[in-house]
Amino acid sequence: MSDTLVAAYDGSAASRRAVDFALAQARTSGARLVLAHVLEWSPYSFLTPDEVAERHRRRKDELDRAQTAILGPLLAELAGTGVAIETDVRFGHIAETLAAIAREQGASQMVVGRTGESSVMARIFGATVGTLAQIAPVPCTIVP
Amino acid sequence: MTAFSQARGLAAAAILALAVPVTAAAQTLDETINQAFANSTGWFVSFIFSNFPGTTFPWIVGWLVAGAVIFTVYFGFIQFRAVGHAISLVKGDYSDPKDAGEVSHFQALATALSGTVGLGNIAGVAVAVSIGGPGATFWMIVAGLLGMASKFTECTLGVKYRNEYPGGTVSGGPMYYIAKGFAERGVPGGRLLAILFAVFCILGSFGGGNMFQANQAHQQIAGVVGDYPGWITGVIFAAIVFAVIVGGIKSIARVTEKVVPFMALLYVGAALIIILMNIGNIGWAFGEIFRGAFTETGIVGGAVGALIQGFRRAAFSNEAGVGSAAIAHSAVRTKEPITEGLVSLLEPFIDTVVICTMTALVIIFTRQLMIDPATGLYMLGENGRIVTATGASGVGLTSAAFGSTISWFPYVLVVAVVLFAFSTMISWSYYGLKAWTYLFGEGRVQELSFKALFCLFVIVGAAASLEPVIDFSDAAIFAMAIVNIIALYVLMPVVKRELGWSG
Repeated sequence: MSDTLVAAYDGSAASRRAVDFALAQARTSGARLVLAHVLEWSPYSFLTPDEVAERHRRRKDELDRAQTAILGPLLAELAGTGVAIETDVRFGHIAETLAAIAREQGASQMVVGRTGESSVMARIFGATVGTLAQIAPVPCTIVP
Repeated sequence: MTAFSQARGLAAAAILALAVPVTAAAQTLDETINQAFANSTGWFVSFIFSNFPGTTFPWIVGWLVAGAVIFTVYFGFIQFRAVGHAISLVKGDYSDPKDAGEVSHFQALATALSGTVGLGNIAGVAVAVSIGGPGATFWMIVAGLLGMASKFTECTLGVKYRNEYPGGTVSGGPMYYIAKGFAERGVPGGRLLAILFAVFCILGSFGGGNMFQANQAHQQIAGVVGDYPGWITGVIFAAIVFAVIVGGIKSIARVTEKVVPFMALLYVGAALIIILMNIGNIGWAFGEIFRGAFTETGIVGGAVGALIQGFRRAAFSNEAGVGSAAIAHSAVRTKEPITEGLVSLLEPFIDTVVICTMTALVIIFTRQLMIDPATGLYMLGENGRIVTATGASGVGLTSAAFGSTISWFPYVLVVAVVLFAFSTMISWSYYGLKAWTYLFGEGRVQELSFKALFCLFVIVGAAASLEPVIDFSDAAIFAMAIVNIIALYVLMPVVKRELGWSG
């Protein structure tokens, strides 16, 4: 059975570096590459009645947008690389959901990018990469 | 012309008739509306709030409580058996990870709660204990516990019979389950009853869900910053409401929705602190509550008076049996209608048994209600209310009770009142809109016309002291309950089938 790599991709330059790193690995080892994209979502946030009523449609729109605007162009670009590529788009807490994807896809390794800024915001809200370093279920490569 | 479209026309006429007085000259706005309402709606108000013959017990309160008792017995005390399961559902223990991104049970509960937690919890309870004495607290809790079964029934039906549209949006509520459910069971009159409900719901949304809130919020602000014309508050409120419901400026609503639960927690927390600081009164306070609930303590109507006040306050506050929550919950995407019903039964508990009770306990623990030391009876003022330590009533009484222990809390209370009022308005604008589109059809023009009218009523509500209007809108909210509970009786076997596991 072939190996599986999970790379987190959110359209940013940092995540693109992670994908390129994972792609190079996958090419040499013949592994399958899963591009994971997580839409931030908390089941404990508060919604207005209107938002509740529209949520199902919005969710569909957000999933479609993730597929067409974020993953679509990348898939088109990587089409000729010869690596088997799949996508996995989910809602949830970003770090926890990435960890869940790695677990459920049976990945042997996950790859994430980091922006390299140790900003105040990241300190307050907790950087995704920092959390992953703590909770990743498989070896996690952080690409600078 | 079919009966349906005829009734539709009548409904439109009734609502237009309501809007007309608004165009009257500003200085006579108050009198014009008061006069028009007193003349045309007085009979309706007195009918809704009339007593059982030969008693001082309002029949509408009896109607709500009878409904709650029947649902409680019919579903085998579901509110006590299922409470653990309901909490698990809200915590997300049974949520399918594949459904992440859809509205969670927690969000549905929070949204529905922000519609019911409002001025009733702060001002209304103060009125109830100042008329009914501490004993009203006991009956309020009883009514809150019973109301959980009514909520469960209506919210399950709301999800089961909602309309789903191709775009993915949903519309639901009593008007839908009345029309569809009656047809399914072969009971006649569903269409007419559904239209009646929708009309009452629109009136209730303009009144109790809007004008009353704007009016009381203005009173609170004016109480702190000094008196100023109400239309100023009204225009500001209307502009914010307009920005949210017409302009779709979600950020304002989102801020409110985030702050409201925080305020509710702060309110309960402050209440607990005050109770703890006066903990020496605990034996006395609970003694008073039980004494007032069952024996003569000098209040108007005795123990029955306490019961009426407690029941009435619980009904006003948690809206169980009114049908409004069914509209809020039906928008949630869930595979099993029953799960939504189970989640909703927590609402009367949080709203009435927790928050309303806190208000009552703070007033009792801080000894705001004056007792005649000679007789041991409560001292009555000329208006039939118990004399309070500071002479305050309504929101003022709650404010004085909190202020007696935490001197700066009245300022926090003003913010809480304004935010609670605002979130209740946003919720009722949605309920009213759903009833409106049920009558006039879904569409951009229909929605806009309702929302514009709604904002207009915010200004009217804040500007004038509209006793007859507020009486009428309260009556309209209770009228919703008349129609809704009839429907719940007809449709409760459907809920029992859905419940399944309890047989």
